[in-house]
Amino acid sequence: MLDIRIPIGLLFTVLGLLVTAYGLITNVNLWSGLLMLVFGVIMLLLARKKKT
Amino acid sequence: MGNSIFHLQWIDYAIMIIYFLFVLGIGWVLKRYMKDANAFLEAGRSMPAWVAGLAFISTNLGALEVMGMTGSGAKYGMLTTHFYWIGAIPAMVFLAIFMMPFYYGSKARSVPEYLKLRFDEKTRGLNAILFAVMTVLASGISMYALALLMEKVLGWDFNLSLWLSAAIVLAYTYLGGLSSAIYNEVLQFFIIVIGLLPIVVLSLHEVGGWSGLKESLAPIVTEKGFAGDTFTTTWKYTGSANGNPMGVEWYGILFGLGFVLSFGYWCTNFLIVQRAMAAESTTAARNTPLIGAIPKMIIPFLIIVPGIVALVLMNKADSGFTIMENGKANYDLTIIKLLEYYLPTGVLGLGITALLASFMSGMAGNVSAFNTVWTYDIYQSYIRPATNDKEADAKHYLKVGRMATVFGVLVSIAAAYLAGLFGNIMDFLQTIFSMINAPLFAVIFLGMFWKRATGHGAFIGLLGGFFVALLHHGLTVPAGATTLVKGGWLGVIHTYPVEMAQSFWTAIFACASAAIIAVGISLSTAQRKTDDELRGLVYSLTPKIKEDHVAWHKRTNTLAIIVLTMMVILSILFW
Repeated sequence: MLDIRIPIGLLFTVLGLLVTAYGLITNVNLWSGLLMLVFGVIMLLLARKKKT
Repeated sequence: MGNSIFHLQWIDYAIMIIYFLFVLGIGWVLKRYMKDANAFLEAGRSMPAWVAGLAFISTNLGALEVMGMTGSGAKYGMLTTHFYWIGAIPAMVFLAIFMMPFYYGSKARSVPEYLKLRFDEKTRGLNAILFAVMTVLASGISMYALALLMEKVLGWDFNLSLWLSAAIVLAYTYLGGLSSAIYNEVLQFFIIVIGLLPIVVLSLHEVGGWSGLKESLAPIVTEKGFAGDTFTTTWKYTGSANGNPMGVEWYGILFGLGFVLSFGYWCTNFLIVQRAMAAESTTAARNTPLIGAIPKMIIPFLIIVPGIVALVLMNKADSGFTIMENGKANYDLTIIKLLEYYLPTGVLGLGITALLASFMSGMAGNVSAFNTVWTYDIYQSYIRPATNDKEADAKHYLKVGRMATVFGVLVSIAAAYLAGLFGNIMDFLQTIFSMINAPLFAVIFLGMFWKRATGHGAFIGLLGGFFVALLHHGLTVPAGATTLVKGGWLGVIHTYPVEMAQSFWTAIFACASAAIIAVGISLSTAQRKTDDELRGLVYSLTPKIKEDHVAWHKRTNTLAIIVLTMMVILSILFW
């Protein structure tokens, strides 16, 4: 079965990058984006750890 | 488009589109695992406890809950947390420790099926039919509210919003069944938390933190005729109904909400219990409500505290913040107005996505519970029973489960249009159908802990409790009610200060009368089930679960102690 942490990690990494970039170009976007990015990466690392 | 509250930019739409692509993608990936009815309707009983636990709480975190509770925060302050602490946690702990071993261990695939195993066919049939109608009603009302909100907030066409949201829910539940609904509920949980978090931070930042909020509130609350700290405390002013804005005394909160209503909802509502029944083991199933209880206790800080800040903003002349609509305060708009007030383009898209996600998690939860009850408790029981060919049956019921998903969504759409045409009638029907929860808890509780309880006792107790609830609702009204939907449709013998007090007492009367009737009838009818048939279904006949093989920190009792301790600490901090 699919490890739910993979789609969660991917979604928040993509959204985090998008919102952070938008925040930099245009600070709530910046810190919300970074928060999502960190959360997304942690989820992906947890999924990877489980796989190995 | 001109009258809408928000004007979204490309980034907001991009966030929404990316989110929904992931939602549909999960359904698509899970499609390959849906080989039989067990996988589709029960998620193959394979969910880890943390996934089932977050889905357990996310199912309850629908948009009507988010919008309603933020509005209640502005109306009642921290008193609203009673719905999250005393009104949820004891019931979730009870479900985990005492009830999940029977639901899960009996191999019942639904709550109605447990009733069949413990009592008889007629008790199952009554519960299954009422539950099936209630879920499509709730799903339809949720769809209607979503489409109406999108029309008002974003200027989207009502019909487009309705059909688009229905199509997305249908797509991912049709493809991946209960697994897809549960996985997406976990995704929705995180998007709701992260989408609403900026509002909490920014709103508290503006009023100077918790102490600043208390200071700003004092004159506003005093003007309403309550003590200055009423809106930042939970139990302090519940000595009398007039001392708090909820209009309910401590014993009404403790017994009406903390016992009857919450136990009726959390312990017997299949929509909720289904998530725990999909867990991978008995220990995981028992831990599911306890894992869900932890975010449940934290959610008030995410949705109620911003509601309280909204009350301060409403009373600040230069803030420009208002929830007035046609000269009346519309508290359901509180969260929408907070999104508008605080969030710039970008995180605004995230906040709107969080709201959409919460609407859809409510809908998908109802649809996935409906298709299970329809397939197992109605179709398999009364239309096409199982044969000796288990493999062919599993494939056949998978097909029926998928058709039930389509049927459930289509009926929900019809219910949504009916809600638009006859809003009051639909609200009334939902109120009536929800009255079955309290008597159902009384009957299931007796069934689990008293082996003498009989099928006739359960059936008549369930019906009797339901009719007492109807009678109480028909003979009482909340003060200021302008429509029969709120009660008094048989005449008025008592007026409650607020609607909440009426619903608490309706549940108390229904539960008590169901229990008394069920005991009386059981004692006067023969028990047709043998002790062997009741093993695994009744507490006194079932071997106690030993968790010696489970690490101490993963044991149900350990988690239960942690959860209850957290609840007590929070209650003392905000006494």
